[in-house]
Amino acid sequence: METFSLLIDGFAIAIEPLNLTLVIAGVTVGLFIGAMPGLGSVNGVAILLPMTFMVPPTSAIIFLAAIYYGAMYGGAISSIMLGIPGASTAVATTFDGRPMALKGMADKALVAAAAASFVGGTISIVLFTLFALPLAGVALAFGPPETFALMVLAFATFIGLAGDDIPKTLFSIFIGLVFSSVGLDIISGEPRLIFGDLSGFYHGINFLVLAIGIYGIGEMLWTIEVSKGGVLMSKATVTFRRVLDSLGELRSSAKTMVMGSFLGYFVGILPAAGATPGSLMAYGVAKSMAKDPGSFGKGNVDGVVAPEAANNAASTGSMLPMLTLGIPGSPTTAILLGGMVIWGLEPGPLVFVNHPDFVWGLIASLYVANLFALLINIGFIPAFIGVLKLPFTVLAPIIFVLCVIGGYVPTQDMHDVWLMLIFGVVGYLMRKLDYPMAPAVLAIVLGPLAEPALRQSLIGSHGDAMIFFERPISGTIMLVAIVLFVLPLTKIVIRLWKRAACTNPR
Amino acid sequence: MKGRISFILGLSAAVGLGLAVSVPSQAMAQGWQPQKPVEFVIMAGKGGGADRLARFIQGIIEKHDLSPKPFVPVNKGGGSGAEALRYLKDHAGDPHVIMATLNSYYTTPLRNPGLGVDIAKFTPIARMAEDTFQLWVSSDTDINSVEDYIKSVKTAGAANWKMGGTGKGQEDSLVTAMLEKKFGIKVTYIPYKGGGTVAKELIGKHINSTVNNPSEQAGFWEAGKSRPLASFTPKGKLKGRFGAIPTFEELGYGSDMVYYMQRSVIAPEGIDKDAQAFYVGVFEKVYKSAEWQGYLSKKGLIPGWLTGQALTDYFIAERAAHSVLLKASETIK
Repeated sequence: METFSLLIDGFAIAIEPLNLTLVIAGVTVGLFIGAMPGLGSVNGVAILLPMTFMVPPTSAIIFLAAIYYGAMYGGAISSIMLGIPGASTAVATTFDGRPMALKGMADKALVAAAAASFVGGTISIVLFTLFALPLAGVALAFGPPETFALMVLAFATFIGLAGDDIPKTLFSIFIGLVFSSVGLDIISGEPRLIFGDLSGFYHGINFLVLAIGIYGIGEMLWTIEVSKGGVLMSKATVTFRRVLDSLGELRSSAKTMVMGSFLGYFVGILPAAGATPGSLMAYGVAKSMAKDPGSFGKGNVDGVVAPEAANNAASTGSMLPMLTLGIPGSPTTAILLGGMVIWGLEPGPLVFVNHPDFVWGLIASLYVANLFALLINIGFIPAFIGVLKLPFTVLAPIIFVLCVIGGYVPTQDMHDVWLMLIFGVVGYLMRKLDYPMAPAVLAIVLGPLAEPALRQSLIGSHGDAMIFFERPISGTIMLVAIVLFVLPLTKIVIRLWKRAACTNPR
Repeated sequence: MKGRISFILGLSAAVGLGLAVSVPSQAMAQGWQPQKPVEFVIMAGKGGGADRLARFIQGIIEKHDLSPKPFVPVNKGGGSGAEALRYLKDHAGDPHVIMATLNSYYTTPLRNPGLGVDIAKFTPIARMAEDTFQLWVSSDTDINSVEDYIKSVKTAGAANWKMGGTGKGQEDSLVTAMLEKKFGIKVTYIPYKGGGTVAKELIGKHINSTVNNPSEQAGFWEAGKSRPLASFTPKGKLKGRFGAIPTFEELGYGSDMVYYMQRSVIAPEGIDKDAQAFYVGVFEKVYKSAEWQGYLSKKGLIPGWLTGQALTDYFIAERAAHSVLLKASETIK
């Protein structure tokens, strides 16, 4: 009950006129920053950090948290409308969001994304309010073996549901893993696969560069081929009635939303993971839970709902290690952490004791930010649809320019722009040859987390792989992962066996 | 074009003059001021200790309005700062680029001679602080002294004693090599991405000991979850609560058990003297600000203003010391 009264105090802080204004401003700014390819919440928070000296620390973090939240909503917008991931956290939203838009259901996808974000945000904030302190212990219990086990589980969800073509899925995963190993290796301290000595490869292949290339440029080339250069216009329309109907139809996605929210939140609280792996894993799980996994990637609304619920939930989750352990759960919280230091707040196990007004003011303003993000987002949908109605001959150059900007901004290096264009052509070819691209994207996100965790575990155990099974948490996760790997294989074996039984006359 | 440049020059001279006349306390009458935003290169990725510190400095500059143009942090962390060093080298003579350094400033050029970077050529601006290292264990152990520590490591054996730290060839691994050599012990060294993660791994009991910076363990220490055994500083250098921790020297292990991480700012080779004076002025004000001094004492950093030739001499001496350390830890030949 003490928590509850602290939360009420927090709400009193959050709805002070200054703070409320900052929440609304932050959400709006965040929405647009998130929607701009290449500009994600990291950039938004970093750019606006110095502006926060004008207000008290609590108001400052409320503003930045609102931007963070807004950007999580906004990332979905360009993913759905243009097929360019607006932020790394929204890459999984492209998988089904873009096909929905192409079918003239952009408004439905946008409404689904907003509603899922709201549910994800709400569930995660409630979890945060109730279980912040015990869960900080969970984050501590996750060492390298547990992290690696979790990554194996993530891969398992993707292979297990490949269904159509397992060799092509595996190829896609492996090529992604190879890309993820480019750059400086922290364990040996040596650079790897830098093509002689191209200094641009030192920082590795930025995941967003790959995603923007494959989805943005690749998609554009594909559309040009399909439309044969003709003037193509989207059939998208939007009315108030349609928005309401879309909301109603989402009832069937309730299960996916809840799953995405919980998964996102728990992945988010693990240090170093963050919202991007969370959203990709939620997509994988949603597909394996579905009755018709074949419709994923072709415009299934659950494929939008799962990652969007997860990325918002994860963004709340990643506040937890930041506050209680002083370790950022995502790049954005790393900047927020820097902010806390500037404002003279010491993050760490005692932050809940020493600065309760700060912590609960932040949590309460997350509730407020979540509500406003939903309202503002739905309010803007007609304007977004308006953009979609532009003829493709106008839209294509805009997409191209946005992709180039998106490739340049994260590292401010032309090297990444060239790389992005190459990936664009590769993505287009992969699509023509019918290779699934989502597994490659998953691999390049999870590879940099999985590989050090594997090697750290094995250094610690002196090469004994049993370390992954002997520890209770990692052992359990590993078992689940193995089941997920084996299940589809047994299904195939059973099917073959049945077929054999039918054709063989007794 | 020429007309435009002279117009800009004239305008900026007028603005500069105006500032000098109206705000004499700003003491920027040396004649040079940035004409465009200053790139503040950070030789590490976003969110790490070096990044946080640089953004903190940027915040102080903004808050006190110390520069007519903003300082824009740019992360170039690739190759342990190789990317940043190369960038500075390629921008010789450009007065709109400065860089925040850490110890990879010495170790990276030593490990990559092919980079062609000689740090003695860069323009020194200011040393803002020195950070140090301490030996930490979890407070759930019975290890209360360095003596206990050595005994425990020897009993456990190298295979069972896990020391966490940052990447190979970086500061933590060098300090660990110092410990191993001094006490004739062997540990299993596990590299992690950053000092914050290392601190958390100790509290989660995934590793047995660390050589964290004071600031990285401060929160856990305060909460009674970790225990410092000794500092890698000379006697009396650390103040405040961190000063109460014994140093290796005080414990009688000799005066060579000392290691610092410097936090400095430098500019490319061959920039104008007036530009150098401008930056020294800005950073002197940052150094003297209440925010910076408060941060230093709270985070257990050691104040240590140094500039000009004295700073270059310091860099050269530290580079020589690191060359010895790297050879001892068999990172370079």
